[in-house]
Amino acid sequence: MNLTQLSMKISFYLNNQAVTADVQPRTTLADCIRHDLCQTGTHVGCEHGVCGSCTVIVEGDAVRSCLVLAVQARDLHVITVEGLSAEQGLSALQAAFRKHHALQCGFCTPGFLTTAHALLTQEPEASRERIQEVLSGNLCRCTGYINIIDAVCEARASYVAIATGNSPARGAQ
Amino acid sequence: MKLPAFEYASPETVEEAVLLLSAHPGEAKIISGGQSLLPTMAYRLAQPRLLVDLGRIASLARVEIGETEILIGARTRWADIERDPQLLQAHPLLVEAIRHVAHYQVRNRGTVGGSLAHADPAAELPGIAVACDATLRIIGPGHERTIEADAFFLGPLSTSLAQDELILSIHFPVWPKDRRWAFQEFSRRAGDFALAGIALFYDHDANGRMSNVHIGAIGACQRPRRLFQAEAALEGRLAEDAAIERACQAAHDEVDPTDDIHASATYRRSLIATLLRRALRQSTGR
Repeated sequence: MNLTQLSMKISFYLNNQAVTADVQPRTTLADCIRHDLCQTGTHVGCEHGVCGSCTVIVEGDAVRSCLVLAVQARDLHVITVEGLSAEQGLSALQAAFRKHHALQCGFCTPGFLTTAHALLTQEPEASRERIQEVLSGNLCRCTGYINIIDAVCEARASYVAIATGNSPARGAQ
Repeated sequence: MKLPAFEYASPETVEEAVLLLSAHPGEAKIISGGQSLLPTMAYRLAQPRLLVDLGRIASLARVEIGETEILIGARTRWADIERDPQLLQAHPLLVEAIRHVAHYQVRNRGTVGGSLAHADPAAELPGIAVACDATLRIIGPGHERTIEADAFFLGPLSTSLAQDELILSIHFPVWPKDRRWAFQEFSRRAGDFALAGIALFYDHDANGRMSNVHIGAIGACQRPRRLFQAEAALEGRLAEDAAIERACQAAHDEVDPTDDIHASATYRRSLIATLLRRALRQSTGR
């Protein structure tokens, strides 16, 4: 069996595009996305699974990309904040963040957006309590969270519409 | 690069994984979800030379609800357990406890086998395993063995798993439908490790007398454990205030917490008694 700590060539799908990268096994998915694939929307905060700012969506599930090795993402579909909206404009979730002033410095925002997007895609009718519980895994030092929760609650309607086929889907998923 | 350098292998079968472990004694670690191991490596508290990834071994990710037992494969994620409607019927205490594990994103990666092997004294699944008389199925080079959860956990982050062994599955006895149960834990922030926690269940006769009382504690002990004195205070009795208070006092006296930066031993003792009181009151409504 092949053992290597030298670079390995891996392929996966980033925002629905096939990508390849040469990575050491110790490269986290977060670093691979940022440094090798130059998609810097994914932010790296604590690098040990506490802050949630590096959250990306792997095979439909929100995960911390600092706690996934890039080599573990081989052949999988990964969505980052860059994949949440079309080239121009904001997704309904992003627009709700702007409307509710759900960010100030913006560092944590990609993690909140990807987490909320994964949640509402899986559970479009998530209760406010459920949203609050899920977002407890993401730290924000600016907003006090209330505006973020308000924004996600408002965005539910667009996910319900997508789930029931009453709306043209915006965004990549 | 945050993590120390290591070699990486992703075998296709359990047997290949065991071969890799036995070929690198003391230097190899299993990685599955990585939700405990990678933070430990980020802190340089672990620096394995080889990571053996179970990600390609599909047979380890499964749940089987049988006539006599419930089998949960080692690579089953918390999210798989939370979202399984059959498991909610088959073992409600397990599912309720798993909802308290870490945060949403971690529950999408973290696995049953990883939590058991990591053996944090405050972790939910080890506590449920001990409280519910679960057994673990383990494979090593040329052998398979079954061990009771109570014998598996030795102390903080310490188990009877040998360096060349890996956990295949955990097995719970089936759960009678009218069993009463509760799970209570307390942490200062949502998703943190609990300062203490209680898992309990009991059966009851037509008059409400308790039997087969099982009380498990986490967080206020060196390893997950049963509280036998507290159980004895309840066995054969009604879940009334006097019996509950005697059990809470017994639990307070028999846990073995130590002082640490998160809470004093005195506080954890008191918390265990409070959580047991809440759990018993909650259980009577079920």
